[in-house]
Parts: sequence; structure tokens; C-alpha cells
Amino acid sequence: MSAQAAAPPRVVLVDDHGLFRSGVRAELGRQVEVVGEAEDVAPAIELIARVVPDVVLVDVHLPGGGGQAVIAAVVRDHPQVRFLALSASDAPEDVIAVIRAGARGYVTKTISTADLADAIRRVADGDAVFSHRLAGFVLDAFASAPTAPDVKPSFDPELDQLTNREREVLRLIAQGYTYREIARELFISAKTVESHVSSVLRKLQLSSRHQLTRWAAERRLT
Amino acid sequence: MQEPSEPSWPPFRFHDRFGRRGRHPHTDFPARIQRLRNRGNGGPLRRDPDDRLGGGVAAGVAAWRGFSPTTVRIVFVVAALFSQAWVVPFYFIGWLVIPERGDATGAEQTSIGVRARHDSRGVALAVALASLLAVFLLLAGVLNDGAIAIYIWPQVVSVFCLVLIYRNAPEREQAALRHLIQPLESLWVGGGTMGRGTKLRFAASGVLLVAGFGWLLSQHAGIALLAPLGGFLLVAAAIVLLLGPWWLRIARDLVLERQARARAEERADIAARVHDSVLQTLALIQRRADDPAAVVQLARAQERELRSWLFEGRPPGDTDVASLAEGVRGIQRDVEARHGVPVEVVTVGDCPLDEHVSALLAAAGEATVNAAKWSGASVISVFAEVEPDKVAVAVRDRGKGFDPDAVPADRKGVAESIRGRMVRHGGKAVVQSAPGEGTKVTLTLPRAAKPGGQVPPMGGQRR
Repeated sequence: MSAQAAAPPRVVLVDDHGLFRSGVRAELGRQVEVVGEAEDVAPAIELIARVVPDVVLVDVHLPGGGGQAVIAAVVRDHPQVRFLALSASDAPEDVIAVIRAGARGYVTKTISTADLADAIRRVADGDAVFSHRLAGFVLDAFASAPTAPDVKPSFDPELDQLTNREREVLRLIAQGYTYREIARELFISAKTVESHVSSVLRKLQLSSRHQLTRWAAERRLT
Repeated sequence: MQEPSEPSWPPFRFHDRFGRRGRHPHTDFPARIQRLRNRGNGGPLRRDPDDRLGGGVAAGVAAWRGFSPTTVRIVFVVAALFSQAWVVPFYFIGWLVIPERGDATGAEQTSIGVRARHDSRGVALAVALASLLAVFLLLAGVLNDGAIAIYIWPQVVSVFCLVLIYRNAPEREQAALRHLIQPLESLWVGGGTMGRGTKLRFAASGVLLVAGFGWLLSQHAGIALLAPLGGFLLVAAAIVLLLGPWWLRIARDLVLERQARARAEERADIAARVHDSVLQTLALIQRRADDPAAVVQLARAQERELRSWLFEGRPPGDTDVASLAEGVRGIQRDVEARHGVPVEVVTVGDCPLDEHVSALLAAAGEATVNAAKWSGASVISVFAEVEPDKVAVAVRDRGKGFDPDAVPADRKGVAESIRGRMVRHGGKAVVQSAPGEGTKVTLTLPRAAKPGGQVPPMGGQRR
């Protein structure tokens, strides 16, 4: 679903820190339309089902199950709602777990306002948003030996490895390049960069690579 | 929350608990040697209130002589079996006369025995009880040639000591003692409240006891040598049945207690850490609120320290560099502290430092410092990736950049020094830059590389 250039995306904020919510709301101003706030898992699920926003900004660490609980409860009934995970922590098991639960992107809370607004718009348009740290994790997870012998490979073996191009794109994201800069560096279009990142996101969510399943399992998510 | 640790060593306790790589050879070593030299703790013999099953005598002896408490306990039990239970009264005498170890304030505790001397009523009670038991046992001994009574004689002394301990121990120990014997009390008090299982247990052990004693006492009439053995087995089974659950409970309580203590210590450590670092930094930030650059730098440094502690288990102030990733974080730390420019670091994979990787790290450090000094960029990104066949580090800024073909001599010197260093170690350095476009320095090093030998001529013009 593409957000029209004129209409700002409708956003729900889910974070247990009231200060943080009001800060984000104030900073984003008119760039997005904040249609609701929640500070806990159960109210968030109820709110999202009611207002059906374009994007949910969800904190990874929430009392009562974490951001992934919200995502898992909503994606089935409302696949059109997109999630952008926010977190103060960079622990890989947290990040990978929310992504595998269905978030379309992950940014740290230290992100600048302009970048956050940009990330929300991009997620609303159906693209994936990777912070430079997430790009690092993904390279790490797909770098080591393929799948552990005791884990059965994915039904689609392609899911278990990245193409060289995807790797290059991730490396540049990890170095802080924007999509436009990557496009120029690799002589491809920005749209192609986006499709590479979306493809990486899909692999991240569906692959049965040992690293990923382990990270997810650490957060009780299979 | 008392700290049971060697006073000469307090700041480093924390590292043992949290630092998964908490190696501290410089500080750890003397303490360890000291311990090897005289395995004990060097202090006087004290009962250990934190690690007790009964009075903490075994744990105290263990700490004093440097054994594990479990070993000492097993030796106690075995010795008790082979000495006709004479070890048991000695245990209680030990409980009476050995003082408890002082708490963190260092205040010495007096032994229970010293206090008991002034408790004339307690002494009288103990003497009376003990003599009553003695008379009873004497009679019993006369009646059946003393075969059983001999095992119970030592317990006259034990009972005497126990009464004094119970009356004179400090509040805390009394509570522990009461807790210990509470299930035993229910043996003779709580007839009405007993569950069905308990009743069955008592009935079964009663039958076993009677059978066992009957067997034992009939031994002179019996013919088989096996008879006493069977009797003992029956009696032992009865005792296990009777006291087994009670022992299990004690063991479980001990585990729970230890866990609670570990949690309390952990909390104290965290509180101390938060106080030392986070609160201090917050105070500094408040005082320097008028200088945004300084505030950002302080917050940044604190964030990095906290992260490395929370997510990597590295104690703050630990600067041992053993791998590429640690080295890159070291560069980040130094540059941010010295030049006040934030450095974003992403590492993929890791490898130990050898001569060549160290050179790569040094070159990366130079490139980062360079970017911080000259580029004017608001952030520098450092990306390190270890692949099976090579190691690569990219240092990138979005600063003002330069024209590589027309650089001032001083900057060329720096670039050449980076390049020369890489070439000497078999790697290479590529500098990409254009005015207004920022700069990117890519350093690559083949893994298991042979040194590149001579520096090519162009490397010779380094400053």
C-alpha cells in the first residue's frame, strides 16, 4: 500500500516510557499523523486493531511480552499494518527476534528526527529499513558456516544465504551510506537497492539458519 | 548485604561475577599465589554464618584450612560413623566455643560459650537434662549389655551443648536452629495436624524400628553372623524414612538461601556500578549543561561504557585488547574522547590480533584520527569485517573531502603512512575522496598473510 505523497502516514506509538512517546510525537510534528499511543502489550493490540494505522513504532522492550508479542498478535489479522521496531539495546537476539516476528525494520532510539521520519515513510511504503548495526548483525549471521547439521535446511535453500550484491548493499548500509549513496556507489537505481534490502529482510524472516533461529529462540520465538 | 571477601581485593570481586572474560592477571596473581602457599585464609578459625548446614563449623574449618566445605562435612560424617558417634559432641562443642566470623564492619563476635558461662539457669537446665539422660542410658545399658547405649553416650554431651547453644545463641542463629528442628518438633507435637503421608511414614518407620531393634537385641540368641547386619539395615531404613524429608528440606533451604544471597550481592554490585558511572556522569552533565559539545561527549562515553558492560560483560576500565573488534572499539573510545567526534562502529566477525592485524588496526586508527581532525564531519563510521580469506576495515566520513591528486604535502604524508604500513604487512589501502564528497579509506589484509617485504618506493616519502 503506497502512501500518497501528500498524506502523512498514520502512526501508532507503543513505548512504555511516556516521556519518550511525547518526545517522538513532538519531534515528528506534521511529518506523520500520530493516531494513538499505548504503553503496554494488551492495550497496544487492542488500539492497533481499532485504528489500523499505516505504521506502528514499537519498542522492543515492553512489559508483558515485548514488542514481538504485539507484532505477533497483529500481523495475522492486519497484514497491512507495518511495524518499525525501536530499541535502546543493540543486543542481536532482541533485534533478530522482532524482525522475525514481522517488523519491517529496526532503528535505535538515538536516531535523528529526520532519519526517523524518513524510516517511517519508507516502512509505510512497504520497504525495509535497516540501521547500520542491524546490517552488521545480518552479515554476521549469514557469514559463518551455513546451517548447523542438526537444523533442517529451509524448504528453499536460497533463503539461507545472501547474494554477493545483497552483501555489498549491507556492507554499505553498515558504513552509514544512505540508499541514494549506495545506488550511486554501485551504479544501480535506488529502487534496486530497496529491492535488495527487502529481499534480505525476507531471508531474515524465513531462513532457518542456525544463528537466526538461536537468536530468536533466546527470546522464545520460533 | 555483607561482603564475604578478602579485604585486600574488593574492587575486583565484581569482575569475577560479571566479567565473562574477567581475566585480571595483574591483580589476581598475588592473591592466588598467596592462597597456594597456605591454602587456608590465614585468618583465625571462625564459624561461617553464610554457608552453614548446622552451626557453620564445617564451613569454618574448611575456610580456615582451605578445603571445600563438602569435603569437611563428609569427613565429619564418616568420622562420626567410625568413632561410635563421638565426633558429634565435638561438633557441638565447636559450635559453642568457636566464635562466628565477624560481619563486614569487622566487629569481632564472642563465642556462644563465653556468653553461656553467665547463663546459670541454662547451665543448670543442661546439667539436669544431661544427667537425666545419662541415668536413663545407664539403666538401659545395664539391661541390654550396652550394645546400643554406647552409641548414644556421646549424645549426652551433645544435648548438654545444644541446650546451652539454644539459650545463648544470637537471635539469628536461634532462628536458624528453630527452623532446623521445626519438622522434628512436629514428630512429637503435631499428632492432630499430621497428613496421611506423614502418618504412613511414621507407622512404617515405627514397624521397621521395632523389627530392627528386635533383631539386634536377639543377636546373642541368634546363630547367624548376618543377624546384626540385617538389624542395622532395618534401623537405618527406619531413620531414612523418618528423617529423609527433613534432610531434603534443609538441603533445599540451603540452596534457596544461597541463591537469595547471590541475588542480593548482584544487586549491590549493580547499584555500586550505577552509582560510580551513571550517576556521576549525570551530575557532570547537569553541571556542564551550558556546553552542549561537552554534554554530548559525556553522554556518549557513558553510553559506550554501559553498553560494553551490559551486553558484552566487559568491566569498565578493562583495556586489554585481544581481538580486532575490541581494538576497533578502542579506536572509537580514543577518538571520541580526544577529538569529540562520534564514531559509529559496526564489526562483522572477529579474529585474534597478530602482528599483521595489529598493523591493520593501527592504520585504521590513523585513518579515523585523520578523519576526526580534518574532515569536519559530524560522525565517522568504522566498519570492520572478518571473512575467511581477508580482513577489511573501512573508515568513512561525510566531511569536506579532498582531491587525492592535489593534496597538501602534510596530508599526503599521512595517507602514505597508512598505505605504507598496510603494504609492509601484505595488505593494501585505498583512499577515495573528492572535495565535498567525504572520504573513505578501505584497508584490506589477506588472512594468514606473509609480510609484503619491501616498501615500494612511493611509500618512502612518509613523514
